[in-house]
Amino acid sequence: MIDRMMDTRGVDNFDIRFIALVFLILSIGVLSIFSVTHDQTGPGIPFFAKQIIWILLGTVAFLIMLVWDYHRIARLAYPAYVIILVLLAVVLVEGKTSRGAQRWIPIGPFAFQPSEFAKLILILVLAHYYSKVPRVGWLQRVVVPGLLMLPGLLLILKQPDLGSGLSFLAVYAAMLLIVGMRSQALGVILLFSLMLFPFAWEVMWGSLHDYQRQRIMAFVDPAYDPGGKGYHALQSRIAIGAGELFGKGLYGGTQSQLKFLPEGHTDFVFSVFAEEWGFLGVLGLLILFVALIWLSLEIAAKAKDQLGALLAVGIICMLCFCVVVNIGMTAGMFPIVGIPLPLMSYGGSATIMTMASLGLLLNVKRRRLSLFY
Amino acid sequence: MASIGLHDSELGEVQRRLAVLRIGLLLVVALLAFRLWHLQIREGPYYRDLSENNRTRSVTLEPARGLIYDRQGVLLANNVPSFSLYVALEDVKDREALINALTNLIGLDPAVVQKKLTGRGGKQLPRKIKDRLTLREATLIESHRLDLPGVMIQVESQRNYPGGVTAAHLLGYVGEVSAEQLEKPEYADLHQGSIVGQYGVEKFFDRHVRGLAGLKSVEVDALGHEKRTVVVDQPQAGNDLYLTVDVRLQALAEKLLGEESGAIVALDPTNGDILAMASRPAFDPNVLSRELTPKQWVEIVQDEGRPLNNRASQGQYPPGSTFKILMAAAALESKTVSPSSTVQCTGGYQFGKRVYRDWKAGGHGSVNLHQALVHSCDVYFYTVGQRMGIDTIASYAHQFGLGEETGVELPSERVGIVPSTEWKQRAKHEPWLPGETISASIGQGYVTVTPLQMASLIGTVANDGVMYRPRLVQGIMDRTTSQLQQLPSTPKRKLQVRSQALELIQDALAGVVQEGTGTRAKSSIVTIAGKTGTAQTAALRTGPEKDIPKRFRDHAWFVAFAPVESPKIAVAVLAEHMGHGGSAAAPLAKELIELYAKLSPQMPALTAMLESGAAVSVAEVVTR
Repeated sequence: MIDRMMDTRGVDNFDIRFIALVFLILSIGVLSIFSVTHDQTGPGIPFFAKQIIWILLGTVAFLIMLVWDYHRIARLAYPAYVIILVLLAVVLVEGKTSRGAQRWIPIGPFAFQPSEFAKLILILVLAHYYSKVPRVGWLQRVVVPGLLMLPGLLLILKQPDLGSGLSFLAVYAAMLLIVGMRSQALGVILLFSLMLFPFAWEVMWGSLHDYQRQRIMAFVDPAYDPGGKGYHALQSRIAIGAGELFGKGLYGGTQSQLKFLPEGHTDFVFSVFAEEWGFLGVLGLLILFVALIWLSLEIAAKAKDQLGALLAVGIICMLCFCVVVNIGMTAGMFPIVGIPLPLMSYGGSATIMTMASLGLLLNVKRRRLSLFY
Repeated sequence: MASIGLHDSELGEVQRRLAVLRIGLLLVVALLAFRLWHLQIREGPYYRDLSENNRTRSVTLEPARGLIYDRQGVLLANNVPSFSLYVALEDVKDREALINALTNLIGLDPAVVQKKLTGRGGKQLPRKIKDRLTLREATLIESHRLDLPGVMIQVESQRNYPGGVTAAHLLGYVGEVSAEQLEKPEYADLHQGSIVGQYGVEKFFDRHVRGLAGLKSVEVDALGHEKRTVVVDQPQAGNDLYLTVDVRLQALAEKLLGEESGAIVALDPTNGDILAMASRPAFDPNVLSRELTPKQWVEIVQDEGRPLNNRASQGQYPPGSTFKILMAAAALESKTVSPSSTVQCTGGYQFGKRVYRDWKAGGHGSVNLHQALVHSCDVYFYTVGQRMGIDTIASYAHQFGLGEETGVELPSERVGIVPSTEWKQRAKHEPWLPGETISASIGQGYVTVTPLQMASLIGTVANDGVMYRPRLVQGIMDRTTSQLQQLPSTPKRKLQVRSQALELIQDALAGVVQEGTGTRAKSSIVTIAGKTGTAQTAALRTGPEKDIPKRFRDHAWFVAFAPVESPKIAVAVLAEHMGHGGSAAAPLAKELIELYAKLSPQMPALTAMLESGAAVSVAEVVTR
């Protein structure tokens, strides 16, 4: 029973590659955070050092999610969801306000962001639901999961946190398309339209007048870009574009070093990286992300049961969504919504949550054969 | 247990759908890569430029204007450090808030600030909003700098005139280049906020004095705070001017005029060097070089004493009897009279129905040219004027430099009027009346001259007919090469008058001071020759002079040179509404000439003065 509960086998080549990719991307993130905040003055631990602490905590979360049997973890999905809904409600009442939105619960000197963890818990809830409930008909496949997701979504949007809300929605949509829908044709069409959405959005968004965009953005996300007038978006585009082929080198990014680029260590860390390392660096980073997702897809494809496959797919979709939307947003393809770049943006909750998700993903792979013990 | 909810067919379907996810992922990543290629490679240089512009600001470094010295090396114009307030438009996020903040902090007029921010000029260069901030204002702004993005305090050199009103009209003042000036080619390399000379020598020699602005590129952060200097193109100081003026004579001339309106010009007839050029009332160039409020400006412009008018080069007055000098030369040279021929003066001259009176009731009796000049006999000159005719008089007047610019290095010099038949037809569209020649013969009627023209005229007579262009600047020191460029004096013309005639006139002018109308100019230390003049301003004259309201009283003239034997100074004094030249103007000329006589042995040449390096402060000189 012990080795059913606790996986104690040694690591194989796949695990090493997977873990190496995760830590490589994390290191690039720390480097970029260091570069943009290295002249940080004032008291307190520097951002890059705090990020290293988050990564260490994230590693603990990664290991916990890796060694516990994911079936047992999934069984905790509903209680966990109730807890996170309570926390989301607490944020609205007690939360710390920053940039016009209440997203954080202060814990000592740190701030805990429940909406980040809500995403992973939603994946667990939906995977658990689809793997347990006999699915007959439209109601059980689409409506009930939708109702499960709705309270979380509403609480997140109330903060308001458009970025997390969109990620939440994306997780639901992805799970729905991969397992919920019977019609393959419909699924394919929806999936493609979701993927092409950025480009359709660009055309749509581009055709609006500035003031219209501002009104829309002020409506959906008043927290972001308080100066308005597309200042952040422009500065981010300038930062990326100015990197050209080879980049300006470490500390060479004037956009970020001189603070023209806002939020250089959090949501716009990609712009900082792009300015300093250029198109070559950016290509390398994209390849790292694609490789990580490719390995994750491998895990999903070889999952031994539906729960494992669904967990893997959910986590992959969440990761893909965040990476694509964040880079798209910094590159001026989307309006600016506050979605951090997984594994790179500074932030405790997001880093710990992402690493926990990847731990769970590797968990699915490592339980592939345990059934036959 | 592990197979709860698991259906192989469904798991298989889920896993087949992953293929779609893979394709979709690659597609989206390819699109991202394309977008990034577009930004970084195709439009990379464009964004690189934007990022450079983002981080750098150009700040103009205003040059220090050249210094101005008098002929003794006394400093008349220099520069003192002062704080100027600039705003970099690019860094201003909220213009209204900024204007409000500046209004509240240092009490600027919101309308004025608004105008400066929106005025013509490049967007790249910061706008100058105010200069001469007090230390308090500068400190207030510096302490609120975090709330005032784009606001900069720059230390600049501010023009300063240590002598205050001394030599105000000839030095002039400086001010911001105007929008109209910027359109002109000579101001082409300037920009809004540049300081240029707006009056006097400052304006005339602006090209030399203004220097060359520098440019500093600074790296700024997102709030417009300077981080470091990238490039500096140092400004080049303007060249120094050495005037011909001796501030000691200048100060005396101004003191002699005192509160009265008028002008005194003293020059060296042998080279045209202007030794003093005073005009009263005057202004303080320090005040005018500051930024004036519209109200202050209106006050100065509408001042009835017209202090901005340089009466020496711009005031046009009837020359009165001083005109008789050139009348005498014209009469002799045109052989209208001989030195010995006489005219009977009975106190009046009948022409047609009108009698033109002599200033001396009862007349001077029989007078020749010498006596006519010494006693300023009007009838004599009525007679010879009538014989010569106005056009002959006009041609001699032109020769003596009337009706034309003297060519002094001052802006907007006026020329006066030399009437002639042709002039009257052109200006008044009427034929010349013979009676008008009679008035013109004694410098009344249409004739007007400037005090500078009269100084040049008497100087030319003193200098045996060689006329020099009056000049104010004798040398320019190039700041970059430290080379002193000495400007040569320029002879203008030689009068077409025989030397015997000029000698006779010089002799008669000496007689004026010795025994004639100008005895009040007689000095015990130097021989002086001169001519009085009284310019009528109103035709109607009843009762004694002191009962006439001051603004209708005559202008007093005295033109003189000294020493008689070898003239070194020529002086023209004009005192507005002071009555007779002999009593009101002659003593002033005498005092000035006496000071000159005392000083002249210690007047070294410019080069010798520069070598000795002796410098005196202007305050010392003025109070002496």
